[in-house]
Amino acid sequence: MVIGLAHYLIVAAILLVLGIFGIFLNRKNVIVILMSIELILLSVNLNLVAFSAWLNDLAGQVFAMFVLTVAAAEAAIGLAIVVIYFRNRGSIEVEGISTLRG
Amino acid sequence: MAWTLALPELVLALCGLAILLIGVLPKRDTFFPMAMAVTGSLLLAAVLVLGQQEGVALNGLYVADSFSSFMKVLALIGAALGLLLALDYNTRERLNRFEYPVLVLFATLGMMVMISANDLMSVYLGLELLSLPLYVMAAFDRDAGRSAEAGLKYFVLGALASGLLLYGASLVYGFAGTTNFDRLAAAFAAQEGVSPGVVVGLVFVMAGLAFKISAVPFHMWTPDVYEGAPTPVTAFFAAAPKVAALALLARVLLGPFADLAAQWQQVVVLISIASMLLGAFAAIGQRNLKRLMAYSSIGHVGYALMGLAVVSDVGLRGLIVYIAIYVFMNIGAFAVLVAMRRSGRAVEQVEDLAGLGRTDPAMALWMAVFMFSMAGIPPLAGFFGKLYVFLAAVQGGYWTLAVIGVLTSVVAAYYYLRIVKVMYFDQPPEAALERAPPSLSVVMATTGLFNLAFCLFPAPMLAAAGIAAAALLG
Repeated sequence: MVIGLAHYLIVAAILLVLGIFGIFLNRKNVIVILMSIELILLSVNLNLVAFSAWLNDLAGQVFAMFVLTVAAAEAAIGLAIVVIYFRNRGSIEVEGISTLRG
Repeated sequence: MAWTLALPELVLALCGLAILLIGVLPKRDTFFPMAMAVTGSLLLAAVLVLGQQEGVALNGLYVADSFSSFMKVLALIGAALGLLLALDYNTRERLNRFEYPVLVLFATLGMMVMISANDLMSVYLGLELLSLPLYVMAAFDRDAGRSAEAGLKYFVLGALASGLLLYGASLVYGFAGTTNFDRLAAAFAAQEGVSPGVVVGLVFVMAGLAFKISAVPFHMWTPDVYEGAPTPVTAFFAAAPKVAALALLARVLLGPFADLAAQWQQVVVLISIASMLLGAFAAIGQRNLKRLMAYSSIGHVGYALMGLAVVSDVGLRGLIVYIAIYVFMNIGAFAVLVAMRRSGRAVEQVEDLAGLGRTDPAMALWMAVFMFSMAGIPPLAGFFGKLYVFLAAVQGGYWTLAVIGVLTSVVAAYYYLRIVKVMYFDQPPEAALERAPPSLSVVMATTGLFNLAFCLFPAPMLAAAGIAAAALLG
């Protein structure tokens, strides 16, 4: 079987859906949400690189590099916010993040 | 040289790096001088934007035109005023760390990149350069549980939104073959039909941008983040980033995707109606002023989107005028919110304003001006903002939009006027609110005078907005 563009796109779409479900169905831990966000960004990278190879165009790979860089900065900021949240509350359970409502 | 077109951004970035370096050197507190330096840098960037030439630069990644100049100046003014609101508050609440103005500067740089983006790559980089400082600013009061919670919520939902936007961008890239706006526009103009992959990608991109302007159904974060973040941060969130995100949405939809208007127009109409309805009805029961302002800003975004939904030059001009007036109304109202203190503690309930008409007539007068303006009562500026979008909707034959707009602004007038009633007719509690510090009084007076005087001198702004709209629709 030849692995073509469609296979890559399907894997990326599955990763995206897993990431989104990971954010909304997860009731346990904020770290899992950070992992889900990474999953979404990686699915995008897979898409970009697959399209780049298929189109014979380098722009997609450059885009993927930017996404990787920004994802690292985003993860750093996300973890920092999780740390200050933990210092205030002593827990990072998703259920507990609900003092602001109304 | 083409790169000189990006001079305002380059100068602002260098100023930011220099201020970051200088800020860590002295042992003592450098919040105030650094805030002044950042305000100066923002004004310098605004001057450079005004003297900017037009054209496309950096291999087509960056565009400078009248539209980008107008929106950038507006975003810079909004950011500078937003920073002034923080001067007194941050010192009193012990948030006077010099990183705050630097974060404002880099967020503003992100806005300028967004406004000038001419490629999906620069869209993404600008958006992230805006979002990352905003996540940090929401959690800036790091010893307060609710600020940390606001930051966490904003981060998770914001990262999800940029993920969706990116996924859409990757689909558009794959199915159209390029990320450049000019080449995308040429490709769609040449094609007969449009690939479903592109349409799906466009919907994802719109979802990501709708999150940034907090339009329904992507508004869930807005009330929580507005309430939890420190008040000057909320003021900053509500003004300048909205300008940049709306400008970006307009540029993306009316630039590369202009030929796909049949696909996206219905979506924008729906988002606009839903935002107006939610903004009007959800704020009625709110007692927390910051939460009320969150719903109010959702409603205002709905009115501004009406200008985009009609897809015409009059509509786009309406959007530009609306968002410009919105910035001045909102910064002014937030100046009053930031100034609200009783016995040294910041308060933020509607009842806390009771009796303000007697204890501090000047502040009450300005608040009344902003509330009447937001409700859209003539002859204040807010009325003209609404007038031009409704006019565009009627001229385009979108009667439903215009009628829903008028009805929801009647409903919204209830909670704006309730604030005025509480200020002037309710019994004041024992301790009156403290006097506003001079920096906030200046902001209130400037924005208040803008709201009052707009009806006398509307021509310059209308003309500038008309030129900006023509540049985008070209």
